Amino acid sequence: MLKIADKTFSSRLFTGTGKFSNSQLMADAIIASGSELVTMALKRVDLNEQQDNILGPLLDSQLEHNLNLLPNTSGARNAEEAIYAAQLAREALGTHFVKIEIHPDPKYLLPDPIETLKACETLSAMGFAVLPYVHADPVLCKRLEEVGVAAVMPLGSPIGSNLGLKTKDFIQIIIEQSSVPVVVDAGIGSPSDAALAMEMGADAVLVNSAIAVARDPVQMAIAFKDAVIAGRRAFKAGLGGRSLQAKASSPLTAFLDDF
Amino acid sequence: MTFLDHFNQIQWDELKMSIHSKTPVDVENALQSSRLTHGQFLALISPAAEPYLEAMAQKSMQLTRQRFGNTLQLYIPLYLSNKCTNICTYCGFSLDNKIRRKTLKMEELDREVAAIKKMGFDHILLVTGEAPGTVGVSYIKSVIERLRPHFSHISIEVQPLDQEDYETLMKEGLDAVLVYQETYHRAAYEKYHLRGSKMDFNYRLETADRLGRAGVDKIGVGALIGLEDWRTDSAMVAAHLDYLEKTYWRTRYSISFPRLRPCEGEFQPVSIISDRQLVQLICAYRLFKPEAELSLSTRESEKFRDNVLPLGITTMSAYSSTHPGGYADDNILGNEDLEQFTIDDNRRPEAVAEAIRAKGLEPVWKDWSHCFSHS
Repeated sequence: MLKIADKTFSSRLFTGTGKFSNSQLMADAIIASGSELVTMALKRVDLNEQQDNILGPLLDSQLEHNLNLLPNTSGARNAEEAIYAAQLAREALGTHFVKIEIHPDPKYLLPDPIETLKACETLSAMGFAVLPYVHADPVLCKRLEEVGVAAVMPLGSPIGSNLGLKTKDFIQIIIEQSSVPVVVDAGIGSPSDAALAMEMGADAVLVNSAIAVARDPVQMAIAFKDAVIAGRRAFKAGLGGRSLQAKASSPLTAFLDDF
Repeated sequence: MTFLDHFNQIQWDELKMSIHSKTPVDVENALQSSRLTHGQFLALISPAAEPYLEAMAQKSMQLTRQRFGNTLQLYIPLYLSNKCTNICTYCGFSLDNKIRRKTLKMEELDREVAAIKKMGFDHILLVTGEAPGTVGVSYIKSVIERLRPHFSHISIEVQPLDQEDYETLMKEGLDAVLVYQETYHRAAYEKYHLRGSKMDFNYRLETADRLGRAGVDKIGVGALIGLEDWRTDSAMVAAHLDYLEKTYWRTRYSISFPRLRPCEGEFQPVSIISDRQLVQLICAYRLFKPEAELSLSTRESEKFRDNVLPLGITTMSAYSSTHPGGYADDNILGNEDLEQFTIDDNRRPEAVAEAIRAKGLEPVWKDWSHCFSHS
């Protein structure tokens, strides 16, 4: 079981609510994925309406499927805005979980490490379970751990790009060094990308676009679910080393056998 | 340093010639590229690209879905005033047009807001003529202040302002500003704008720079299609956007492509863009800037809008009235003596939303939070 802050999860596939063609399809896909943590942009949630129409069908099945909400601060361009948004989200959605997304660059939506660190320090001190979306920067991840984040979410490639794990080697370092859960976020474009992250030892992956924009989002959600389970199982089973060179004999040391 | 410095280096006639000299090879090259240069954009709006329209539309749709998902943002324009001190020969609000002039008072504004909220809108665009005496910064400021609690996203399409004015309005909750150059052809611009502050081509051209410096969240650019050769004007829009993206990298951008239609007895456009060419332009913009918002207004017909909306559009208005006070009266068609231009698609918002759903997209009413505008 994966534990983040005070919550445990039996599914290691986290999902998102964006980009679906309607809210019923979104709910169906998320339920099919078996996901228990679902991120949503606060900017899409109508704080005045009790039952927002984009979340309606999802919230209806929330209890039955152990769905937890992870509001995100997408749209925030600095720490101040993200902190304010997190407080609004806690009030509106009744959860202390928050995913910090601060991207001042609206083109590639790459996260601002300086503002992210500031926001995480403040929000962790305020009692939030903070999950920051960051570059695959091992030092930044350690710094975030020191200010008390609940997990780190390094990116595989830019959000929505479906390019896969372009930052693979750095994610490997982060996994090796981290003492909080590592959730690979952004850029995971296919189930094989998700499986690869899990085989490398990631604690979970977050997938949104690749499911939402698939021709059949429900089937794609199931494919991701299976891939994450397979990847995790492979990690635990221990992968063999890889090499292109055949290792038939030991030409340099075989002479020792003669002694 | 502003866009004006770049603009002064661009020769209109050379740009036009460069567009018309593009070949099928240039078009194919652009279609295979994942990040297009300005030169490649020129190929896509050139006559040489016309036989490639289907391939452009396929790629445009795919890029739009990947970036924006299966969604389409809805907004409504709110006309605050049709008073105007400019003479612009193509515009219904022009000073020399004998129309009834009206500026919404605060009580009338409240009635408009109530009518708009009832329709479900959460993103609003405030529009005025240019009459700084009546509809100046202090009027716009008090309107934004009054609307802030009711809308999560507020944009304006008003006369160009100074940087400090934009900063003042942003403190009240302004999110986005649309300002179109109308035409980037300086001599033609002077011919169309005969009186008023709008005659100042340079001040208008540098507006986006002032907005970028003020740090506004979103800037809308565009040309009014029909005033000059549409291809060259669109190439200028693209060059402007290229410059803005590099200079003000924190800002989001939207592009509009309002077109003038030929109509009897009124202003006649000098350059006519066909439906087919407008689709070509929309797809070319999408291939050039996969992140830009592309906005389509109710100037266009129901049939055109419904068919084009999945191809690259991200933002649409619905049930627009271009006369001040039009929503509370629910008298959208009856007040032609007040309006700026005639609306072609006058379906009610729920009918437009239904048409969006019929294309497999989700109509989005809210996609912004005021906590990001002025925390």
